[in-house]
Amino acid sequence: MNYLYQTGQYAMLMHKVFTKPDRWKMFWRQFPKEVEKLGLASLPIVIIISIFIGAILTIQTKLNTENPLLPTYSTGLVTRDTLLLEFSSTIMCLILAGKVGSNIASEIGTMRITEQIDAIEIMGVNSANYLILPKITAFIVMMPFLVIFSMAIGLVGGYLVGMFSDIITVADYLLGIQYAFVPYYIFYSVVKSLVFAFIISSVASYYGYFAYGGALDVGKASTNAVVNSSILILFFNLLITNLMLN
Amino acid sequence: MIEVKNLNKSFDENQVLFDISGVFENGKCNMIIGASGSGKTVLMKSIIGLHRIDSGSIEYDGRNLPDMQMKEIRKLRREVGMLFQGSALFDSLTVMENVMYPLEMFSSETKAEMEKRAIFCLERVDLTNKAFDLFPSEISGGMQKRVAIARAIALNPKYLFCDEPNSGLDPKTALIIDKLIQEITQEYNITTIINSHDMNSVMEIGDYILFINKGRKAWEGNNKMIFNSDVQELNDFVFASELFKKVKEVNS
Repeated sequence: MNYLYQTGQYAMLMHKVFTKPDRWKMFWRQFPKEVEKLGLASLPIVIIISIFIGAILTIQTKLNTENPLLPTYSTGLVTRDTLLLEFSSTIMCLILAGKVGSNIASEIGTMRITEQIDAIEIMGVNSANYLILPKITAFIVMMPFLVIFSMAIGLVGGYLVGMFSDIITVADYLLGIQYAFVPYYIFYSVVKSLVFAFIISSVASYYGYFAYGGALDVGKASTNAVVNSSILILFFNLLITNLMLN
Repeated sequence: MIEVKNLNKSFDENQVLFDISGVFENGKCNMIIGASGSGKTVLMKSIIGLHRIDSGSIEYDGRNLPDMQMKEIRKLRREVGMLFQGSALFDSLTVMENVMYPLEMFSSETKAEMEKRAIFCLERVDLTNKAFDLFPSEISGGMQKRVAIARAIALNPKYLFCDEPNSGLDPKTALIIDKLIQEITQEYNITTIINSHDMNSVMEIGDYILFINKGRKAWEGNNKMIFNSDVQELNDFVFASELFKKVKEVNS
C-alpha cells in the first residue's frame, strides 16, 4: 500500500516538475551549474573506475580463456563488448547512483528541512520545477557523454595492460577491440544510460523533496534514494536489454 | 486584511484546529500566540495555504483561499512575504542574491533597477554593503533575520507572515527585529501575522492577539487588554514567569 502511495506521489511530483518554468532565465542559470555539479564533477570517478575496470577485465579475460583453440583477439573483443554492453552503462550508472543520487537527495532534503523549499513555495514559485527540472535535464544531457567517455577510458585501461605487461600483446588487443564491432551496442548503451539518468535524478529528487525531520532523516532519504534507484536501474536494464537485444 | 472564519483542520483522524475565527487587519501586528503544540504553526501554515483545511474560509481581502486553484494560490503568494523561524535563506546564494531572488523571479524591471530595489530593502533593515556579498553561513542569526525580512519585503508584499521571528536571538536583537517588523508593517500598511510565544514581543508589538489553546481560540484582544483577561489558560501562559507576574501585580 505504501509502495502504491509513493508511486502516486512520485508521479504527481514529476507532473509538477515537467511544467513550463516560471522564468526560463532562471532555468538557464541553474542548468549549467547542474551540468558542472552532476556531470563534469563526476568525470574523475568515471575516469578512475573505467581505467581500472578496463585493465582488470582484460587481465581476467585473458587469464580465464587460456585455450589454444580461442583466437588471440578474443580477450580484446570480450573486454570491448563487456564495457560497451554492461559496464559503461549499467555498472557506471549504479556507481553514479551512489554519487549523484546521494548528492541530489541530500541537497534537496536539506533545503526541505531548513524550510528553504517552503520559502520558494511561499514566493509563488513552483519549487519542484525550479529545483528539480535543471537537475534531471542536466544529468540526462551529460550521461551519454559520461558513458561514451567511460567506454573509451575503459578500452585505454585494457590497452595499458598490453603496453606494460606481457599478459597480452598490444597488437592482439587492438585487433580484438576492432573485430566484429557492432555500432548498435553503443546506441543501446546510450539509450539505457538516458533511462538510468532519469531514474537516478528523479528518484533522488523525490526522496529529497519529501524528506522531513532532521539531519538523520536527510541521511535516510539519501540512502533510500540510492537503494531504490539502484533496484530500478537493474529492473530497467533487464527490460531494455530484452527489448533492444532480444 | 485577512479574515479567517470557522477554520477546522485535522491530520488523518487527529483534529488539531477547532472552529478558529479571527480578523487580521492591515497596518497592524497581528499575533497568534499559544503554548508549544497548541496548533499555532498549523494555523499559520493553513492561512498561507501550505496545509489544506477541512472546512471554513480564509479570505485575503475578499478572496477565499480554499476556493482557489493552485495557479491562483501561486499568484496570491506573490503578494505574500514570509519570515521563517530559521530564516530559510538559500545557502548557495549570497545575501544580495537572496534578496534579488524574488525580484528576478517575478519582477519585469531591469537588472539595475532590481539591484537598486534589493539594496534599498537591505538598507531598510540596516544592513551595510559589507554584508551584501557574504553567504548566510558567514553572518550572525540576527543578520540572517534581517536578510530574510529584506527578501520578504522585496516585492512589496500586502501580507507578511513571521514564524517565531525571535527564536534563537538575544533579547536586544529580538527587540530590534520586533521593532523592524512593526515599522515595516505600519510604513507599508501590510497585514502582518506573527506566530510567537515570546511574551516580550507580544507586549511590545501585539496590536491584535489571538490566543490558541489546544487547537481552539481561547482569547482575542490586544497587548493592553491582556493584563485584565480572566481566561485562566491565557493567564497561565502569559504570566508563567515571575517577572510577568510582578508586571501584572504592578499593573493591577
